[in-house]
Amino acid sequence: MRLPITAWASITHRASGVFLFAGMAVLIWALDASLRSPESFASLQETLATPVAKLIIWAVLAGLIYHSLAGIKHLIADFGIGETMEGGVLGARIVIALSVIFIALAGVWIW
Amino acid sequence: MDMVTAVTSMGRSGLSDWLMQRVTAVILVAYFAFIGFVLVGGIDYASWKGLFSQTWMRIFSLMALLSLGVHAWIGLWVVFTDYLTERLMGPTGNVLRFLAQVVCAIIVFSYVVWGIQILWGY
Repeated sequence: MRLPITAWASITHRASGVFLFAGMAVLIWALDASLRSPESFASLQETLATPVAKLIIWAVLAGLIYHSLAGIKHLIADFGIGETMEGGVLGARIVIALSVIFIALAGVWIW
Repeated sequence: MDMVTAVTSMGRSGLSDWLMQRVTAVILVAYFAFIGFVLVGGIDYASWKGLFSQTWMRIFSLMALLSLGVHAWIGLWVVFTDYLTERLMGPTGNVLRFLAQVVCAIIVFSYVVWGIQILWGY
């Protein structure tokens, strides 16, 4: 579909939000295992060392990073900054660029 | 105001939801940034457990958990009332939206209770 970048920014902000709502189950599950006992903390560490777990955590973190940055852009726009069409396009580009950097860093941290 | 959609919004008012969505967003970003900061440094069980036994950390965590529930409810309400509608899907839209909101409410409630159990149960 040919949509302006601002429309993609809006759709992906929503989609990442829906994704994160499900992803929170993974994070709460991990928090549960990490605090339950020293044994479950250790077995969580083992689980998180597997490639599949790393991919899942990376996906949730990627969603969290993108959704947060797009949200911060929204807050900045609420203060009247970048509310023009050009501002919206520039804002979406900055959000995507920063997301790529932070998601890559999260990947480096996980692997 | 559209009665059908307003009846399931968080604060029964668009302006109230608008503000709550932003306040909860700031709390959530602060919480995840803090957790990320703690984890990036590397942490063992004793210090992790110690952190979560502090009263301020439990308050901060419960605040984030409740913010998550409110933020998700408002956000998904926006999504559901935009796509699962009578205009787009006919009468089925209203049924699907209602079901989606019931599922959403059950999940939000479960997350909150689960989180409280983790924070105070271990």
